[in-house]
Amino acid sequence: MLRKFVRHLDPPLLLSFFVLSGLSLVVLYSSGGEDVDLLIKQGVRILIGFVILFTVAQLSPQTLQRWAPYIFSIGLVLLSLVLLFGIVGKGAQRWLNLGLFSFQPAEIMKLGVPMMVAWLLTRNPLPLRLRELAMAAIIVVGPTVLVILQPDLGTALLIAAAGILAIFLAGIGWRLILALTAALAAAGPLMWTLLHDYQRQRILTLFDPWSDPLGAGYHTIQSIIAVGSGGAQGKGWLNGSQSQLEFIPERSTDFIFAVFSEEFGFYSAVLLICIYLFIVGRGLFIAFNAQDTFSRLIGGALSLTFFFYVFVNIGMVSGSLPVVGVPLPLISYGGTSMVTLMAGFGMLMSIHTHRKLMPQ
Amino acid sequence: MSKIQIKDYVRETNLIQSRLVISSIVVVTLCLLLVGRLYYLQIEQYSHYATLSQENRISFVPIPPARGQIFDRNSKVLAENLPTYTLEVVPDNIADMEASLDRIARLVELSDADIERFETALRVRPGFEIRTLKSGLTDEEVARFAVNQHLFNGFYLNARLQRYYPFGPEMAHVVGYVGRISATDLERIDRNAYRGTDYIGKLGIESHYERTLLGQSGYEQVETNAHGRVVRTLSRVSPVAGKDIYLNVDVDLQRATREYLGEYEGAVVAVDPRTGGVLAFVSNPVYDPNPFVNGISTKSYKLLRQNSGRPLLNRALHGRYAPGSTVKPVMALAGMENYWSPQEKVFGKGWFSLRGSRHRYRCWKKQGHGWLNLHDAIVQSCDVYFYTLANNLGIDKIHEFLTRFGMGKNTGIDLDGEPSGLVPSQEWKRAARGQPWWPGETVITGIGQGYTLVTPLQLAMVTATLANRGVRNQPRLVKAVRDSGSSVIQELKPNTLEHVSVRDQRMYDLVISGMVNVVHGKRGTARRSGLGAEYKFAGKTGTAQVIGIKQGASYNEKNVAKKFRDHALFISFAPADDPKIAVAVIAENGGGGSRTAAPIARKVMDFYLIGPPPPPEEDTPKKDDAA
Repeated sequence: MLRKFVRHLDPPLLLSFFVLSGLSLVVLYSSGGEDVDLLIKQGVRILIGFVILFTVAQLSPQTLQRWAPYIFSIGLVLLSLVLLFGIVGKGAQRWLNLGLFSFQPAEIMKLGVPMMVAWLLTRNPLPLRLRELAMAAIIVVGPTVLVILQPDLGTALLIAAAGILAIFLAGIGWRLILALTAALAAAGPLMWTLLHDYQRQRILTLFDPWSDPLGAGYHTIQSIIAVGSGGAQGKGWLNGSQSQLEFIPERSTDFIFAVFSEEFGFYSAVLLICIYLFIVGRGLFIAFNAQDTFSRLIGGALSLTFFFYVFVNIGMVSGSLPVVGVPLPLISYGGTSMVTLMAGFGMLMSIHTHRKLMPQ
Repeated sequence: MSKIQIKDYVRETNLIQSRLVISSIVVVTLCLLLVGRLYYLQIEQYSHYATLSQENRISFVPIPPARGQIFDRNSKVLAENLPTYTLEVVPDNIADMEASLDRIARLVELSDADIERFETALRVRPGFEIRTLKSGLTDEEVARFAVNQHLFNGFYLNARLQRYYPFGPEMAHVVGYVGRISATDLERIDRNAYRGTDYIGKLGIESHYERTLLGQSGYEQVETNAHGRVVRTLSRVSPVAGKDIYLNVDVDLQRATREYLGEYEGAVVAVDPRTGGVLAFVSNPVYDPNPFVNGISTKSYKLLRQNSGRPLLNRALHGRYAPGSTVKPVMALAGMENYWSPQEKVFGKGWFSLRGSRHRYRCWKKQGHGWLNLHDAIVQSCDVYFYTLANNLGIDKIHEFLTRFGMGKNTGIDLDGEPSGLVPSQEWKRAARGQPWWPGETVITGIGQGYTLVTPLQLAMVTATLANRGVRNQPRLVKAVRDSGSSVIQELKPNTLEHVSVRDQRMYDLVISGMVNVVHGKRGTARRSGLGAEYKFAGKTGTAQVIGIKQGASYNEKNVAKKFRDHALFISFAPADDPKIAVAVIAENGGGGSRTAAPIARKVMDFYLIGPPPPPEEDTPKKDDAA
């Protein structure tokens, strides 16, 4: 019985997750002010994450493909409910209270949107035709706009990225990509008017955080100082002055990479990036060797979205990208995103391990 | 699986796989970008960010030094530092200042003066700097605020040392006061020396000896977190307290002296002729320096400024008066030095006229003194004698000798802003008035009228020089300095000035014997003040006219408004043969020197040489009789 479960797991990925989870606990111990309760909470989340990973990995890609429209629809309904009845926290309406626990429906869409896009595009042979492209676009834009309205720019970005990456993999023509990029650039000013003031400010201060060192630029500056002052070797575990003296904002969640690079230094940071690169590479490899179009699309999209997480987070912490609320996957403290990530990797493992069971 | 899909299977696979390969290349490229960015931050710019992170966490907290204390010659405390609780505010941390002040006023009593001062401070200093809202909180207010502190972001309760002057008004004109460092002060001081210090000497000893009293700031190097809270102290450099100062002034003598001056506006300066040490330095009226420490309210300050007695004016230092007849002993010396024979007799007929002029320079004694030699002229203060003497000498020689005696020049006392007084000369008059010198002006200079102006301090120093027979010392308020924490009191050496040497020291004997007879002789102008003295002393009366009297008119004190009455002056030193104290008294509008000023000087000398007078006898307690 257990052997049957384990058979659907991918050892290289699993090993990477163990390493990252351990690392997460180590960094959290430092960033959280040596708070053991915090570690226990995170440990429980990691466990839940692994349970979900195991569970999803047991489902065959065909099952996932069948479920795609339902997951997407449920997500869409929940997103609308959030806007109507959601709990307001930290100035945004993101949470849905289900009595026992509250969660962010937007998280479902991180999986729901790429699944739906893959499902849609697999119904007809590739490459894409314009009609399908238009439908795929609606599938991506709809939930994204709903999440932007909450407002949760970071998650919206990730949802959109997941959908767009699936469309990209499906072979959208280069000319069309160029045209869309141009259109997007043109739509930029329009988007600008839709953004909240604090979002605009974040984008503006990206270009010059020092222009407002005590205001909008403060987070970025303190984060850059933390990273830079870590040097090659780092200041040592529990010894990062930027982290321990609370100069780094959100140091257990979105800015945990600043704590990591301050205390462990450049070499460790590069090593961490390599682990991420390995996970993404393994994911792309699985997608490459997948046996059907849906699996390839969803596997590739999920792997690339995972990398998008990493890139946006480290780019934000090192002051190269604007501050958007994107956690560092598998390291940052937080439950919902962990669950979504693990479900995604469950799908990847499912794709890889169900392959051999398929008739040749 | 549909048939169509199978047909396109290979093409589809190739398409997605090529996209996956492209994606991989992009992923690797982006990873390299991240690594490059990290390399730039952590390796290339490492030292820059390391410095920034150090600056972030390390801050220097200045520790103000305790200001040196000021004592009188008997080690009585004149200026000390008392611990006090102050309520301080960082305006930038307060969203709605007005509302916050309203709320805080319910816990802590805020006077209009507090608010006014605070609002001024709000305007002149940047908002992130802490400033005092109220000092001297009562224990109850401290407790009330402490309990509610969490409701008042940006308000801080601090224990600080505050300057206090226990003798208040008595020593105000000597010690002066400290006040909060103003914008003008900031322009001239070394800001580093004042880090953490709020006060600076504004006047008197506090100002003149600022560097001695201030001490050196210390600092603590502390680690702070992002909220500015101190996490731990890394190192500490202790402040060095300022030096303590001991004055020559005897605060009991000072207080008694002002009591003797009574209601008169004026000044009394007593010095030790042997050292130049200032024993008493009284200017009346006085003011309380304590409210100035934290900034006096505009209203109170206005009242002080508008007071007709001008209490803020330090008359002993800044007051300039005609010396009147007190200049006569010096004039006598000037004459003898220039070969005027002391045996030369002049007939005092009640007035003097220059040859070819009908203008009469009157003597204070209308009927005249008759024939007098120099000694008797001093004793009886004969104006006609000195008119004649001055006229014979001429202004140039008078100017030269009076200047040698220290008149018309700063004495060099250890206080700021001392005026020079004035001894007129031909050059001065041409420069200042654009007019030639008239012979009549020489005549009145002979009796200390006209342009001559002295400060009470100068007059006291002239007296000391007479007492010393020409030896001149610089007046000194400060007697000694003590390093903080040290028991060694370093006495400051008297600063001797150029002696007034004359052809024959016996000239001094003659002048001093004249001055002794002013108080002890039968015909002395101040003989009543000499009665019953336990020691022999020397003196000279003076009366300085405030208004001119018309030719032919007579001066009658009762007919003249008080503010136009003559100033009463008296100089004296005692004991006459071994002078230990020299006193100059000026009682404004006091009338005659002999009647008003001389008794004051006598009492001052009595106090200093014999001791405080016995307390006035009280009625014998009745209870004893009953028992």
